[in-house]
Amino acid sequence: MEYIKVFIVGGLICVIGQIILDTTKLTPAHILVIFLTSGVILGAVGLYEPLVKFAEAGATVPISGFGYALSKGAIEGAKSKGVIGAFLGGLEATAGGVAAAILFGYIMAVVSDPKTKN
Amino acid sequence: MDKMNKKEYQKYVERKVPKPTYFKNILYAFVVGGIICVFGQIIRNFLLKYGLDEKSVAAGTSIVLIFTGAFLTGIGIYDKIGKIGGAGAAIPITGFANSIVSPAMEFKREGFIFGVAARMFSIAGPVLVYGVGSSVIVGILYLILTKGR
Repeated sequence: MEYIKVFIVGGLICVIGQIILDTTKLTPAHILVIFLTSGVILGAVGLYEPLVKFAEAGATVPISGFGYALSKGAIEGAKSKGVIGAFLGGLEATAGGVAAAILFGYIMAVVSDPKTKN
Repeated sequence: MDKMNKKEYQKYVERKVPKPTYFKNILYAFVVGGIICVFGQIIRNFLLKYGLDEKSVAAGTSIVLIFTGAFLTGIGIYDKIGKIGGAGAAIPITGFANSIVSPAMEFKREGFIFGVAARMFSIAGPVLVYGVGSSVIVGILYLILTKGR
């Protein structure tokens, strides 16, 4: 049951992106930025949290979940440390993912070559 | 062709431009995106079983997913998943990893600084700029709005 919720919510978030991709001239890079920023905003106004409670990875794995984690971290930081915390919180909450993206991204790009299309 | 006016030409072009197969694209995006999220949930449950706290579980899940996305991009499989899944492969955090490795790999011949390292952020850079930037604004707005109470 849990996995069904994850599958449906995660799938639907991607469907929204696919519809935008097919009906506008926006590129996947635009979609990533739009979804991430939407996640930040929806997280800030408290609309994303219920989705995360309901579908867990279905809401946190899409890039909008990354935005949600950023804004949640920034708010928690602001609560405990004031203005400095607002600067610290977002990246603190997502540091693992960002560091992993930098390290693994670099290593994989160095050791592998682009595949020729066949 | 010469005698076509603008409107006719536009109609002609519209006919020639292949229509995206909306329904198929949506279905594939749904399935691929859903599967990736389920994979994330499996990792999450696995880490929860080890008794990690919520923050470590969230971080651990992204780390594993980003590694998987980067690895599958390196061996050329993620691009195939992306061709089928479209946004279903781009929007999950694995797609973020793909957007880092793909251009970095492509521009390796330009060197390790301006090639690999700089190109890693051709898409991830904007994502981080808007994400981190807006999160700081959110934190400050929160302070402003709650100070008034």
